[in-house]
Amino acid sequence: MIRKESMKIVSTKEIAKETVEMVLKNSYISENAIPGQFLHILLDGHTLRRPISIADVDKENEMVTILFKKLGFGTEKLSESKVGDVLNVLGPSGNGFEISLEGIHTVLLIGGGIGVPPMYYLGKSLAKQNMNVISVLGFQSKEHVFYEERFQQFSKTYVVTNDGSYGDKGFVTNVIPKVGEFDRFYSCGPLPMLKAITNELFEKEGFISLEERMGCGVGACFACVVPTNTEKGYKKICSDGPVFDAREVIL
Amino acid sequence: MSRLQVNLPGLNLKNPIMPASGCFGFGREYSQFYDLSKLGAVMMKAATGSERFGNPTPRVAETASGMLNAIGLQNPGVEKIIENEVPFLAQYDMSVIANVAGSTVEEYEYVARTFNHTNNVHALELNISCPNVKEGGIQFGTDPSMAAKVTEIVKKASNLPVYVKLSPNVTDIVTMAKAVESAGADGLSMINTLTGMQIHLPTKRPLIANKTGGLSGAAIKPIAIRMIYEVKQHVQIPIIGMGGISNAEDVLEFLLAGASAVAVGTANFSNPLICSEIIDELSITLERYGFGSVEHAIGKAVMNE
Ligand SMILES: Cc1cc2nc3c(=O)[nH]c(=O)nc-3n(C[C@H](O)[C@H](O)[C@H](O)COP(=O)(O)OP(=O)(O)OC[C@H]3O[C@@H](n4cnc5c(N)ncnc54)[C@H](O)[C@@H]3O)c2cc1C
Ligand SMILES: Cc1cc2nc3c(=O)[nH]c(=O)nc-3n(C[C@H](O)[C@H](O)[C@H](O)COP(=O)(O)O)c2cc1C
Repeated sequence: MIRKESMKIVSTKEIAKETVEMVLKNSYISENAIPGQFLHILLDGHTLRRPISIADVDKENEMVTILFKKLGFGTEKLSESKVGDVLNVLGPSGNGFEISLEGIHTVLLIGGGIGVPPMYYLGKSLAKQNMNVISVLGFQSKEHVFYEERFQQFSKTYVVTNDGSYGDKGFVTNVIPKVGEFDRFYSCGPLPMLKAITNELFEKEGFISLEERMGCGVGACFACVVPTNTEKGYKKICSDGPVFDAREVIL
Repeated sequence: MSRLQVNLPGLNLKNPIMPASGCFGFGREYSQFYDLSKLGAVMMKAATGSERFGNPTPRVAETASGMLNAIGLQNPGVEKIIENEVPFLAQYDMSVIANVAGSTVEEYEYVARTFNHTNNVHALELNISCPNVKEGGIQFGTDPSMAAKVTEIVKKASNLPVYVKLSPNVTDIVTMAKAVESAGADGLSMINTLTGMQIHLPTKRPLIANKTGGLSGAAIKPIAIRMIYEVKQHVQIPIIGMGGISNAEDVLEFLLAGASAVAVGTANFSNPLICSEIIDELSITLERYGFGSVEHAIGKAVMNE
């Protein structure tokens, strides 16, 4: 269940170009969060909250990690917050990747840019359940790359940059053909990337996490809907998602 | 009588606070944050004759002290609302107000008539002012004779008191208010959102897919106050006020300007507990400014003229 919680900033550091890793302390959210869920963060002077994925959870120490890119006023302000500051957060929000693993042995994680963070907690959790994990991480260029070594701890990891300044050159879709066999994919990233992946991997079972501008973030206002081929014809990204079966949403 | 109690046509409110239409869905999501029985009433999301999918996304944008929205009246249609949503709200000890929308006079009439089939809706809020529906909603809200016509027809179709929701996108709000009062409105609800636009710099295009959206939140509060203050001087029917309310002081300001009750919209997005918190603070705020009850404050700024 979503609650309004205070989260104290335990650490904050720029880990790649314009990319901040922030560790927050809160017992309720660390206890209840599952991979794919997000925090909805209110910043002083702003009307709408900012959705940021949960990138990692340390239940024992009651810590939740987020990774975000400084893109606009809100994320810029968030990056200026200091250790000890307290964030006003709704969470854990949305439906995460809580799906049966029956018959699944190898999973492919595909993260693009700021879509990489939710893949980390997911991959870590899947590896703990003895899944064989392969990760493909796409970034703009070398200075944007983060968490490569962390993904390597539980998966065979491929990094690709758009400009070729690190790893393979191009898009994640260029690398997918060479990763070998897998039973299911999980992905989060920019819409064009998700479109390309869901087209290319149409034969495969997959789950994707979507982004959209949100109002309430709890499912009441109908701001962040996505058309689906289910009976209802649409789903709410904030509360039915952000994770969806790749074949049910129309991108 | 409790000091927060207000009695309006069809509505015996234990306090004057209700979530505004479209900002609270049908209550389910917010019921995980507090007991909805605490509310005076709830204004449901707009109901249309049949299901509506609404506008393409993005549907919202943040602005200085507010936001734009162009949801496009997405809702499951009046029948499904009566079947699935009204029973949920009926569990709570509060009044339920249905927001009636449509693109044609016939659709408004149909929706209003259909709400006669449930005992758990206590009043209608006639939404003639949604700026995000292209087929005609806007004309009803900006043309006094059209507004009067749809009010009259809905009054005839319904057994319930009708609060007509006025659009601020007009040059003369008093004319609109008087027109719907003469047509039989039991009350007014004001204001709906102001039409606005935001250009997205990276794409050099309007950010909202619908291009225009309705501005709400703190930014519009002075406009709402001014309009209620003007209208209060010219009509006898009660006003439910809204536009940028986010604390008990704001509520008192609306009461003083002439509102008998208030709705809170956008502020639910920043703080899902806002209505509950305002209800907790309201008595003390009234007292601080020398009012023994909500009733005593209503319209005081107008009478002081
Ligand atoms: C479920 C979900 C998870 C996300 N997880 C992450 C993450 O882990 N790390 C990360 O860096 N970013 C993430 N994002 C994107 C992040 O929410 C936006 O980058 C952020 O809201 C931008 O805010 P701003 O004030 O800096 O930008 P501005 O452009 O100034 O924001 C203006 C408004 O638009 C909204 N907005 C702008 N861009 C987006 C976007 N891409 N998605 C949704 N709303 C947007 C803002 O929330 C705000 O309401 C996620 C988005 C969603 C929907
Ligand atoms: C996302 C959103 C959806 C809305 N939907 C409706 C609606 O369906 N019917 C309606 O009459 N008003 C609707 N409104 C207008 C509000 O009920 C209210 O009149 C307006 O937002 C001003 O109040 P506020 O500043 O407290 O939000 C909506 C407003 C928002 C922000």
